[in-house]
Amino acid sequence: MDEFVLDTGNTAWIIVASSLVLLMTPGLAFFYGGMVRGKSVLNMMMMSFGAMALIGPIWLLYGYSGAFGSDVGGIIGNPFEFFGSNTITDADSLMAGSGVPALVAIAFQATFAIITVALISGSVADRMKFSAWLAFAAIWVTIVYVPMAHMVWGGGLLGGDGITSGLSTPIDFAGGTVVHINAGVAGLVMAILLGKRKGFGKEPMRPHNLPFVMLGAALLWFGWFGFNAGSEFAADGTAGRAWVNTTVATCMAILGWLATEKVRDGKATSLGAASGAVAGLVAITPAAASVDTYGAIAIGTIAGILCAMAVSLKYKFGYDDSLDVVGVHLVGGLTGTVLIGFFANVSDTTNGTWYADGSVNGLFYGGGVTQLLTQIIVALAAVVFSGVVTFIIGSALKATMGIRVTDEVEASGDMAMHGETAYESLGVGRMEVKA
Amino acid sequence: MKLVTAVIQPHKLDEVKEALQGAGVHGLTVSEASGYGRQKGHTEVYRGAEYVVDLVPKIKVEVLVRAEDVAAITEVVIKAASTGQIGDGKVWSVPVEDVVRVRTGEHGPDAI
Repeated sequence: MDEFVLDTGNTAWIIVASSLVLLMTPGLAFFYGGMVRGKSVLNMMMMSFGAMALIGPIWLLYGYSGAFGSDVGGIIGNPFEFFGSNTITDADSLMAGSGVPALVAIAFQATFAIITVALISGSVADRMKFSAWLAFAAIWVTIVYVPMAHMVWGGGLLGGDGITSGLSTPIDFAGGTVVHINAGVAGLVMAILLGKRKGFGKEPMRPHNLPFVMLGAALLWFGWFGFNAGSEFAADGTAGRAWVNTTVATCMAILGWLATEKVRDGKATSLGAASGAVAGLVAITPAAASVDTYGAIAIGTIAGILCAMAVSLKYKFGYDDSLDVVGVHLVGGLTGTVLIGFFANVSDTTNGTWYADGSVNGLFYGGGVTQLLTQIIVALAAVVFSGVVTFIIGSALKATMGIRVTDEVEASGDMAMHGETAYESLGVGRMEVKA
Repeated sequence: MKLVTAVIQPHKLDEVKEALQGAGVHGLTVSEASGYGRQKGHTEVYRGAEYVVDLVPKIKVEVLVRAEDVAAITEVVIKAASTGQIGDGKVWSVPVEDVVRVRTGEHGPDAI
């Protein structure tokens, strides 16, 4: 192992980036919380906070080691190698090449695990037992997220030496497969296992607080700079490339979503702007540093339009993906991952793009179909892995502790689930002090 | 004594309030209300899902008046609340048996 040389500039940036990414999860709580009905906003937000509370310690104990420890069969890292995160040396750091210490790398990766789990909560709104959500979160991060992160980023089957080694190295800069396809598929599976909310498709389920949704989208966008630009692991021009691509793709996705709404529904909406922003952020995530400005514009535009159309699929197919984890994260994640095959521009180092050893240019940049095939194979593998293992976890929980609340609890919402209400207008009652 | 109740367009509240003050009304009660009459509801679209909203937001203003003032007060409200469009609302009055001012215990017209 090479000697570790601390780079204070890179380290400072990754500490800041980690903090930015952590802020995304409470941001997501607002984004999702505003979209549900007022009776269950606290439960919605608590699923995000619950994910933070659980996955922080899990990540420090064995999560990081399981994702980035020594490879075991191409599927997972050795979870005992750095168990407890006390004995890892900086030379073993995932970011040793950038002079960023191991604990900073662990911190950065922890925030990714947390947000990925929290993303799934959007599909289970209003009707999942909170205890079952916590059990699901702990098991899912352990046997779905950790292996997926290892397979893509830790030198496993979905990395450069994995199943596409005969073609090229897959590009997933910041988590198109690991985070978004992964959470999107898991959301779809859990929505189907749980069944629809009572009254789905009949009763009005309008978002109760659109300013919350806008606030959440803004916090997500802000935090996403840590997510994408931080995934360079260094404070350099490629981080700048990721930053500008993240912004321009997000801008274009807002426009794409709003244009789709204007044509289809007659009005451009605030919910559409917030949703379009997130769709663009999702789609550019895997591609953030591997496309040029034109590629980012194209990916954002296409993602905004496709996701705006995809959110209607649930009514057509009859599954209640309540807050469109599938329509935004799965479709957006697939869009970005696959479009890399068209727009990857990794050979021209003058534009700040990131060059992964063994990846090639996309179809539109003279690289032929090689990278496209690689991206499709990796995306499908991620869909299958996440889908199958999530189904096993969800089914096991359903058969044992049960995952769905009773009809009475569902009708009541926060009051029955947490003994609280978000908005009290009448009857604040009297105080009783417990002895 | 009479209770005059007006259901009006929300943006007309200030004009109605000022007109009533100008007519010597010292107190009134305002509440947010929803309802429908000849003004039809509307549709809202959230992520492509269409909701038909047939209750329209309104403001309800209630004023207690002496029986002899009813016609004048009703006229004041109508004048201030009118835009000439469908959805301007309604004004009606009903007899009130008694009114008591909580602080002093005064009854009847003195309590208005």
